[in-house]
Order: sequence, then structure tokens, then C-alpha cells
Amino acid sequence: MNTLHEFALRMGDNVLVLGHRVSEWCGHAPVLEEDIALANSALDLIGQTQLWLGLAADAEGSGKSADDLAFLRDAWDFRNALLCELPNGDFGQTLMRQYLFDAWHLIMLEKLTSSNETRVADIADKAIKEVSYHVERSRDTVIGLGDGTEESHARMQAALDYLYPYVGELFVSDKVDEAAAKEGIAPRLEDLRGAYDLAVAETMSEATLKLPESEFAHKGGRTGTMHTEHLGHLLTQMQWLQRAYPGATW
Amino acid sequence: MSKEWPLWEVFIRGQHGLSHRHVGSLHAPDAEMAIKNARDVYTRRNEGQSIWVVEARHITASSPSEKGPLYEPSESKVYRHPTFFDIPEDVGAM
Repeated sequence: MNTLHEFALRMGDNVLVLGHRVSEWCGHAPVLEEDIALANSALDLIGQTQLWLGLAADAEGSGKSADDLAFLRDAWDFRNALLCELPNGDFGQTLMRQYLFDAWHLIMLEKLTSSNETRVADIADKAIKEVSYHVERSRDTVIGLGDGTEESHARMQAALDYLYPYVGELFVSDKVDEAAAKEGIAPRLEDLRGAYDLAVAETMSEATLKLPESEFAHKGGRTGTMHTEHLGHLLTQMQWLQRAYPGATW
Repeated sequence: MSKEWPLWEVFIRGQHGLSHRHVGSLHAPDAEMAIKNARDVYTRRNEGQSIWVVEARHITASSPSEKGPLYEPSESKVYRHPTFFDIPEDVGAM
């Protein structure tokens, strides 16, 4: 097993798939300011994708590029967490998904800045500035809408109830994660849970939202065992051009 | 109460600028979000070092109809421009 390749693929697919999802809002957000803000976040995530998938391609050493990995793999080869591929739903659901991911992403990147693989630490160093802003913004919006009107509160609670069962996957290690931890590339995922739970509980309490009690967690995205039915549809949009016109450039 | 977010005027100090300049306006629910929105709307191309926002309703503007009394009196007072002094050559460029 090529641990660095597998690890970089997981990091890259998270931000690629989520970045694409967020970009789907472009031109459709409820107000112009949010539209631009979402597009900025999507662009940050796609920028990070280039770094992670570039590293994944290098580590694999098969001469593939980041673009090859992004556009020429099918659903079963993707290694993103299921949370990232879930549909946007309404604006509240999009921002709730963003917050639940951002909060994990920030804690993960903080740990990765001291990875003993310098290429990983370098990417984390760059991404952390963007992600610190993402989480600030998504957190504020979750609080604003959660502790907002009756309507916005109900929608945010529904979003949290729907999305929370997909959070657990971010903290479940398999043999790739264990190898990455052992080689000092990445932290143990279980070790991130304490800080995450603390941050999320505080946000939800400020947002007057109730965290679901069930510990049930959907999984299968990060290992590639089983994605949701939503990923394939996303890929048809994201990849159609390279599929229809192989090798097209501009 | 209006359902619209209030309007904010945005001022940005550029990379090498000394003063904040008005760059435009935007809507936001509060000052903190106005700063964030300004960051996202007006500093995407690395324009800024510092952002000010002020709710548009707090700005008091002069009235266009008072143009005469406000500005015309200064038109005829050329001596207020420092152009009547002879500068000695050896001072050089100022």
C-alpha cells in the first residue's frame, strides 16, 4: 500500500467534491454577497484540490496529473467522506454541511502542519489560512440562521439532523489511516474528535440547535466501499467535458 | 421592520495606500458580516490591507441644492492656492 498516495487522495477528494458542490451555488445564492462568498470558498477548495491531488499523483509515480485523477476516475475510485458529496439542499443545509466539514478540516490541517512529510505540512500551511476563514464564516451563518426566525431555525435543525450521521466517518480509521499515523504523515483521526465535539457543541448551543443523540455513522466514502447515490450524479456534471472530448484543453 | 439587510458603505486601504477609499456598498445583517462580505466582494484580487464599513444611514451628506453657498465662495479666492511664492532655485523640487 502506498500510504502517502492514499492519504493525499482522501484529502484531495474531500475538497474536490465539496468544492464542486459549493460551486453549484454560483449564480443561485439568495443574495449577491453570499453568492460571491460561496464562489470564493469553492475556489479555495478547488485550489487545495490541485495541491492534494498533485501530491497523490506524484506519490503514485505513474505519470498521471491532478487533472487525470479529478476527471478520469469513476465513483468507486473516489475517497472523499460521504458528507462532502451530499446534495446542497437549501442554503441552510449547504452552510450546515460546510460548517460540519470546516470544523473538522481546520483541526485536521492544524495537526498536519507538523506532519513529518514536508509536502503534506506545506499544503496544510497554505490551506489553513483559507480554512480558518471558511469556518469563521460558516459558523457565523449557522448561528445566525439557527438562532434566527422560526422558519430558519426549523430548517437548520432539519439540516443538522440529516447531516450529523455523516460526521462520524471523519473520525473512523481504517488501515490507511493507521499507516498514515504510524508513519507520522497524519494524526490519528480518533484524536481529533474531542476538539471537534467541543467546537461543534459550542456552536450548536449558540445557534440554539440540538445535536442528535444517536452515534450512528454512515461510512464507506473514505474507503471507497460504498458512496451515496449522489456522487455519480455529481461526477456526470463535473467530468462530462473530459469524457465527451478526451484531452480537451483551453 | 424591513426584511432587507441594511446597506453598508465599504472603505478599503490598499496595498500601498495611506488612506481608506470608498470602494462601494453591500448588504449585511450586522457589522461583523459586513466586514466578511466586504472581504469576499471587494478584496478578491488582493486589493486590501484594511477594511472599514459603516452603515449607510450613519453618513450625513451635503445637499446638492446647497452647492452655491457651500462651494462657490471659494472659487473666487485664488490667493488660497500657494502659487504666489517665488521658490529659490537651490531649494530644488519640492
